[in-house]
Amino acid sequence: MRQIGWNWLGVVPFFAFALLFLMLPTMNIVIGAFQNPEGQFTLQNLAGLASPRIVDSFVISIKISLASAVLGCLIGFAMAAAVVMGGVPGWIKAPLMTFSGVASNFAGVPLAFAFIATLGRVGLVTMLLKQWFGINIYAMGFNLLSFWGLTLTYLFFQIPLMILIITPALEGLKREWREAAEVLGASTGQYWRMVALPILFPSLLGTFALLFANSFGAVATAYALTGSSLSIVPIMLFAQIRGDVLQDPHLGYAMAFGMIVVTGLANLAYVIMRTRAERWMR
Amino acid sequence: MKRLWSWAAIIAGSLYFLLPLIGTVEFSLRMRRGEYSLDAYRSVLADPNFRDTFGYSIVMALLTIVLGVLIVVPTAYWVRLRLPRLRPVIEFITLLPLVIPAIVVVFGYIRLYNTSSVLPLTGTAGGTNLLLLCGYATLALPYMYRAVDTGLSTLDVRSLTEAAQSLGAGWVRIIGRLILPNVLGAVMSGAFLSFAIVIGEFTMAALLNRPAFGPYMQLLGANRAYEPAALAVIAFAATWGCMGLMQLISRLLGVRKTAK
Repeated sequence: MRQIGWNWLGVVPFFAFALLFLMLPTMNIVIGAFQNPEGQFTLQNLAGLASPRIVDSFVISIKISLASAVLGCLIGFAMAAAVVMGGVPGWIKAPLMTFSGVASNFAGVPLAFAFIATLGRVGLVTMLLKQWFGINIYAMGFNLLSFWGLTLTYLFFQIPLMILIITPALEGLKREWREAAEVLGASTGQYWRMVALPILFPSLLGTFALLFANSFGAVATAYALTGSSLSIVPIMLFAQIRGDVLQDPHLGYAMAFGMIVVTGLANLAYVIMRTRAERWMR
Repeated sequence: MKRLWSWAAIIAGSLYFLLPLIGTVEFSLRMRRGEYSLDAYRSVLADPNFRDTFGYSIVMALLTIVLGVLIVVPTAYWVRLRLPRLRPVIEFITLLPLVIPAIVVVFGYIRLYNTSSVLPLTGTAGGTNLLLLCGYATLALPYMYRAVDTGLSTLDVRSLTEAAQSLGAGWVRIIGRLILPNVLGAVMSGAFLSFAIVIGEFTMAALLNRPAFGPYMQLLGANRAYEPAALAVIAFAATWGCMGLMQLISRLLGVRKTAK
């Protein structure tokens, strides 16, 4: 039993790397959030987060993340369910999964370009709607550089991520459960409400948390799409690090700390829900 | 009825995904007034900055893969062989980059490794490159680790190790000549995912001020009209290529596909 001896040496490189390039930098920010420029402990920075501009940026960030996570979950679920149990021909599944793998990694700057080319002021869809149906979506108040524009863009990687995660869960629903429900006289609606959804609920909620964190931390897409005109948290922090706004650097640490708290909570929910979900996946 | 709804979901979804792709391709061809042309692509490919930044990001992506493999494969192997109780800890750490936004991590780098610190990496171009490389390896860690760990789970690590040891192999040889080739399929799928992540990465490169492809694309997007669409098509093709190769290789090597 006392054989442990030198075994730990084998994981030293990993821990050294994680410490130097993941944990220490993060700790540094967290500690910085509680320090004043002289290095003394203070809650002043966190109190500084209460300024209307920063509160607004957190509110709109959380709203966009919630909207894109909710819609991503719903649409992704509908598509996955259609493929797994909706009677759509089987050959659709493989290309859909492959495409989801690609699209869930197609984020960042190019994604913003794609949406500008499509729904921007002279984008393909904008122009076609105008020419074919006489609908001018920009005159109707649509703007790609807005809450809905950003949400619509984020959905391009949120829906595929949902499809990738939820398809195995849907496939894990055992046929016997459905048959048992039917034998006992349950309607389709009752089966979903009382059997399938309660079983899927933890993985749905868990995936929701993952999608939320996924869009909350995204910088590149929003920055390429809107420049710094839409004040969401990652953009504000980006500008702060670049030295464009907010004179107090320690306020930046507090913002970064706020981001960690939000994504941390979302992922904590994911981990808890996932552990519960796995009980049914045996 | 059910089938009708299914088709509706699939068609609506496909429209949502196809329209931006078609729109981007169409837009990228519009540079010459009145007709479709490849001018935007020509303009992009002729730009020396495109070649420099694209080349820089490819080299960084390849180095990220090497660094990732060097860190992940020996660790995952060793933990399975000797320190199984550490597995949850390592797994937790490898998932952290999904929780902590990249912008926060790189903010920490700037603060921790600035010119007045003990390890002033941001002081020189080489040091900043190294820092960016480590940042990329951190971003790729969750994907690399999960891919390799899944690959290892299909092996009998203990028997393989004992067999190699009884034939007189040392640790370096065991990991390099025995374990690595056996999890090559898994490593490859992690590698292509890392490549796809690094090639267009924006936040870290921009904040560390390195001449990578992501910041170049952003800059071009802010100043040009048609070239960005051409870049988006190129980037999408690169991502598609990576994922396609990944699936092809995992199929060829018969490795169970790892969940993302």
